[in-house]
Amino acid sequence: MSGEAIQTTYREAVRAAIREALDRDERVFLMGEDVGRYGGCYAVTKGLYDDYGPERIRDTPLSECGFTGAGIGAAVGGMRPIVEIMTVNFSLLALDQILNNAATLRHMSGGQLKVPVVIRMATGAGKQLAAQHSHSLEAWYAHVPGLKVAAPATLEDARGMLWTALEDPDPVILFEHVMLYNRTGELAADADAVPLTGAAVRRDGTDVSLITYGGCLFKTLEAAEQLAADDIAAEVIDLRSLRPLDDATIMASVAKTHRAVIIDEGWRSGSLAAEVSARIMEQAFWELDAPVGRVCSAEVPIPYPRHLEHAALPQVPAIVAAAKATLGR
Amino acid sequence: MTQVFRMPSLGADMEAGTLIEWTRQPGERLARGDTIAVIETQKGAIEVEVFQDAVMGRPLIGIGDKVPVGAPMAELEPAGPTVQASGTTAAPPSERQGPSGPAAGDKLKDHPAQSGSQPEPPAKSPPPPDATPAATHQRASPAARRLAAQQGIDLATLIGSGPGGAVILADIQAASPQPETAPAPARQPTHARPDLAAMREAIAAAMSRAKREIPHYYLAHDLDLSDAVHWLRRRNAARPPGQRLLMGVLFIKAVALALHDFRELNGFDRDGRFEPAAGIHVGTAIAIRGGGLVAPAIHDADQLDLDALMTRLRDLVARVRSGGLRAAELSDPTVTVSSLGERGVDRLYGVIYPPQVAIVGFGTPRPRAWVVEQSVQARTVVTATLAADHRHSDGHRGALFLARVAAHLQEPQAL
Repeated sequence: MSGEAIQTTYREAVRAAIREALDRDERVFLMGEDVGRYGGCYAVTKGLYDDYGPERIRDTPLSECGFTGAGIGAAVGGMRPIVEIMTVNFSLLALDQILNNAATLRHMSGGQLKVPVVIRMATGAGKQLAAQHSHSLEAWYAHVPGLKVAAPATLEDARGMLWTALEDPDPVILFEHVMLYNRTGELAADADAVPLTGAAVRRDGTDVSLITYGGCLFKTLEAAEQLAADDIAAEVIDLRSLRPLDDATIMASVAKTHRAVIIDEGWRSGSLAAEVSARIMEQAFWELDAPVGRVCSAEVPIPYPRHLEHAALPQVPAIVAAAKATLGR
Repeated sequence: MTQVFRMPSLGADMEAGTLIEWTRQPGERLARGDTIAVIETQKGAIEVEVFQDAVMGRPLIGIGDKVPVGAPMAELEPAGPTVQASGTTAAPPSERQGPSGPAAGDKLKDHPAQSGSQPEPPAKSPPPPDATPAATHQRASPAARRLAAQQGIDLATLIGSGPGGAVILADIQAASPQPETAPAPARQPTHARPDLAAMREAIAAAMSRAKREIPHYYLAHDLDLSDAVHWLRRRNAARPPGQRLLMGVLFIKAVALALHDFRELNGFDRDGRFEPAAGIHVGTAIAIRGGGLVAPAIHDADQLDLDALMTRLRDLVARVRSGGLRAAELSDPTVTVSSLGERGVDRLYGVIYPPQVAIVGFGTPRPRAWVVEQSVQARTVVTATLAADHRHSDGHRGALFLARVAAHLQEPQAL
């Protein structure tokens, strides 16, 4: 990256990506609950209604199935809709449209139909929004052939994934973790589109591979920093894309470190962490020098009280402990 | 507590071994690296070493017994107070199961207990999760198992330092035989003639596997050896016959040095994936009188000067012909060099010895008409060949490698 960097937030990076898409392609429009006059429940779309008007920033009724289906239909009809769903919990109301239409139409039409819809949704816990607004259900979507699923964790990815997703002929789900919106950092002023697929090595290490995505990335990086103080060089891999998974990057790392811990805010049973772990067993079994470890959320509906919510989620001390356990320390 | 010494794997194609001799008696102390027994394999009689300090305990098999890889051979008692007593590292032999049955009755006649080309150390099942009660077999990580199998190390002789007492990579690396520190064989067995029929079978199995599985590519390169011949003649002129160098030593050193920049030719194929080797251990093909062939390793050949290499080569040839090769010498080669210099052929089309990925051949150096600076001269020329595994390298790199070998042979004084 060249040129100057700007101080920005994850929220502003997503907004800048939406603006760019609206400016570059007149087929792009945004719709969702309270995205217009109110500015979005996480304030991501603040100001867009005034600049682009009600045709392109569309407030919808409280009917996820209805407006997601409308978005899918618009995509089939040649538009490039961005559908915002308030949280992944509410996306379950739209699951029929996403699975039975968005994910299947290209297949069932023999390739005649494309569904270039992008569905953005917030995910994750940490804001004391209780069990109906706080879950991490990325793994359910990553289960479905026909969808592409990505979890931008960095400012670059928040800024760069949306355009790539809109260019993609298939439906793309983008998961934005609620605890990332306020993260600040520097972003190149000329930051541009980034690939949707491929994992990124966010920190090099030789002793253990810490594999994570989304809201857990920065906890994991903090854990890696603490491990370094104990002379343990942890490698941190940000999956970025949850479907497809970048097996090559994962296995190359495990071949180097011989140990792996997966950090995933989803529940352990049937989680993405389980899938990554299984792939490591399948593809890198003879490289392993310790059992694969997992740090996941407690298997409870995410609690409302702050201390219980905190206790239910993957936290830095648990990541450090799991990494050390693979080293027998 | 009592541990068990098991029949080691001395190569990917070894399935079983026959006890020829105990070199230690019950009650004798053993230091790490000491020879405990001589076993007969398809490649001849091999002295096997222990990888920890211990006291020789009760033998569990008798002279002449043939047992599969991994079968208990003898009990080992702790050497002293430093040995840990850990319930998870070893169980009494009566509770242990060899691959083919209970320990003491674990004799093998005609039916190898393990089939396939990659016998592994004792336990075949993955390590149990931490929640299970004390294991009845040695816990070891997959990576440790693989390295132990490659190096012929018996997991049951090790005390693990990993989670739950599991043997991990670092334990195997610590137990690996180090050629520099390994003591010389205590004695030379006199009866250890290789079984030529069995050796022929072993060669047949390895070569069939090579031709079946390895997509070889072949390159040949004629190179001017005149400078090396002259240098060698001058160097040997003043020396008694016992200290003279052979051209074959120059070949080995030139190949070892060239491999520094061609790591894709130095290592192993593991289920279709290439695993580079850390050291350059040149397997040196040595013919056995009466037939048969073995290619034991000269460890770290790139680090040895020519005199040291010559000493190693003489020693290997003597022991190939009399028996007494050491375990690591058979399992460690990372590449093979074969030279048919005295046989009169011009070039050699090698067959790779799996799981290696390359073999370098040298034909007979002989005078040929050779163009030097626009004139034809009589020069001593040799044809070097490379057979390499096309899954892991390509002809372009192979050609550069042979050119590098040739370049090294133009400067014999630097070898």
